[in-house]
Amino acid sequence: MADERKLAYVMAFNEAVKQQMEADPNVFCAGEDIGAFGGVFGTFGGLQAKFGADRVVDTPISEQAIVGLGVGAAVTGLRPIVDLMFMDFICVALDQIVNQAAKLKYMFGGDAVLPLTITTAGGGGLSAAAQHSQSLEALLCHIPGLKVVMPSNPYDMKGLMTACIQENNPTVMIKHKRLLGMTGHVPEESYSIPLGKGNILRPGNDVTIVAYARMANEALLAAEELAKDGIDCEIIDPRTLQPLDTDLIVSSVKKTNHAVVVHEAVRFGGLGGEIASQIQELAFDYLDAPVTRIGAPFSPVPFSPALEQHYIPNAKTIVQGVRDVMARV
Amino acid sequence: MDRSPTDISVDVQLDLHRRMVRIRLFEEAAGRLAESNRLPGFLHLYVGEEAVAAGVCGALNDDDHITSTHRGHGHLVAKGGDFNRMMAELMGKATGYCKGKGGSMHISDTSLGMLGANGIVGAGSPIAVGAAFANRYRGRGQVAVAFFGDGSTNIGAFHEAANMACALHLPIVFACENNEYGEFTPRDKTMAITDIVDRAAGYGMPGVIVDGMDVIAVHEAAVEAVERARAGGGPSLIEAKTYRFYNHHGVQNLGLKYRSDDEVAMWKQRDPIFTLEDRMIENKAATRDQFDAIWAELRADIDTAIAFADESPYPTPDQIMVGVYTSMTGAQ
Ligand SMILES: Cc1ncc(C[n+]2csc(CCOP(=O)(O)OP(=O)(O)O)c2C)c(N)n1
Ligand SMILES: [Mg+2]
Repeated sequence: MADERKLAYVMAFNEAVKQQMEADPNVFCAGEDIGAFGGVFGTFGGLQAKFGADRVVDTPISEQAIVGLGVGAAVTGLRPIVDLMFMDFICVALDQIVNQAAKLKYMFGGDAVLPLTITTAGGGGLSAAAQHSQSLEALLCHIPGLKVVMPSNPYDMKGLMTACIQENNPTVMIKHKRLLGMTGHVPEESYSIPLGKGNILRPGNDVTIVAYARMANEALLAAEELAKDGIDCEIIDPRTLQPLDTDLIVSSVKKTNHAVVVHEAVRFGGLGGEIASQIQELAFDYLDAPVTRIGAPFSPVPFSPALEQHYIPNAKTIVQGVRDVMARV
Repeated sequence: MDRSPTDISVDVQLDLHRRMVRIRLFEEAAGRLAESNRLPGFLHLYVGEEAVAAGVCGALNDDDHITSTHRGHGHLVAKGGDFNRMMAELMGKATGYCKGKGGSMHISDTSLGMLGANGIVGAGSPIAVGAAFANRYRGRGQVAVAFFGDGSTNIGAFHEAANMACALHLPIVFACENNEYGEFTPRDKTMAITDIVDRAAGYGMPGVIVDGMDVIAVHEAAVEAVERARAGGGPSLIEAKTYRFYNHHGVQNLGLKYRSDDEVAMWKQRDPIFTLEDRMIENKAATRDQFDAIWAELRADIDTAIAFADESPYPTPDQIMVGVYTSMTGAQ
């Protein structure tokens, strides 16, 4: 294990793109500042030098046309990766994502294939304020026709990004800005993780914590803390949010009889509500307490670190949430 | 460059100068604070482009409106922004313009008609159209100005705003800061035209190119466009050719080579403040001593602002939910 290769989350993304571009000449990338500059987060670093400006395209600041470029190129036979720098900017391109990419196939009676990957960066924790920090995944998961992926570590990033590129439906790959520098084991050879398959990040018996992206890592920290009190947490990282691995979540809850769902997004109307409903529909008789949801308060993301640190859930709030659920037994 | 006396009075020239120096000093102080990690978040500095905000805002009344960009401090300073509250906001303090909720990218003062810096490229222009509409609706002769970058003219919002403003013949001025780059990508990679002003004709409004390093030239063009708008003559577009002296965000180029040293040096030679000072001294409109005194006075204001911001408290967590909605009993 000592000599296993380590890679940063951002480079795991980069390597997946590189390997798929090598494997399939129909794969190309387009987005703002991704070419010569390699992307503002370095996600596309070195790719234009390797594959040329025809395959790694610097676009104008035109989010609607960037996604449209992907939709049109996908439906005519290419395999585009289009990048929206910050997740907040999906709002600028929402028609192309929601009304076009997600629906063309269905509206055409099934007679269209859209192997399109939209990549973006979500999440807070950088004092980037209300228009550069959002977690809008619930918005996307609500749209039939889209698949939505949010990896929590470098290994999953590479495997899921590879799967997104190979997928024949529009997918949205959401990187978390605070995980870009996270390093971990990433095999050099190409591999993919099936979309819709969750992962048991930590096995446990007493309570199921469902958490994804950065919150999965906070849940791991919380679990260590809770273990000191003899509370044994099982952490489920769904990895793909649409489709959601409901089976994995439900079978875990049937074992632990307690569930806490965590996300960084605003709690009201967040994905936690959907997950909690699935649990109570499919495992009601197994629950010893109501499912707890942890999420951000119902306000935009505040700028000041003095506010933002209390706004975003963390290991401490998860520990508290788990204690509350266990106390209700 | 033209160093002959202008028709613009010495008082107005000094006013424009003062606005520019205020911007420069604020921005350089912010840059220094950011470099010593005392400012959270992103910081987009306006240094180099001072003549645009100063020249345009110098043509406006206090009750006229402006919309701004991610590079917004200069616009607020030029409209009369208060250093103390600006600096406190940049530090995320409770005494800041936005009570620490907005920061650099959302800095605003509605009482000065400054409708916010904006984190979404292109989003300010449609809002300026709305302000211009409301201004004409009320009939008090106010105008609106949309400041925007060259890169933002590639986004749909700009085009919809320009077209609607012209279709409705609104009292608005579109003021483009063409600094030749959007982030790290040069303009010629993202549009097939050289001059943003070419876009104006497509919507049916007059457009002019001005030297954005010459505050007098910017001001003259702004006065003409603002007068046209006020008189019911409809929208116009001003394209100011300018340059940012620092990086897209932050100060240093971080070793990223997307502009040549020669190019940066060439533009710095044309520093909008120093060229105005030289010209006024040459034309005997002012003296070096006079300028030195202005810099010293405004520097002291900056020191005061930093001290004010430093001593100000951070907002407390109970403020997170305050200001999301307006209550029916009054604004929160
Ligand atoms: C809709 C949207 N897309 C992309 C960005 C990221 N971004 C921030 S500033 C910027 C460049 C803007 O260029 P320009 O309009 O020329 O203004 P400048 O920075 O040169 O003043 C970009 C791409 C954004 N904030 N909003
Ligand atoms: Mg620009």
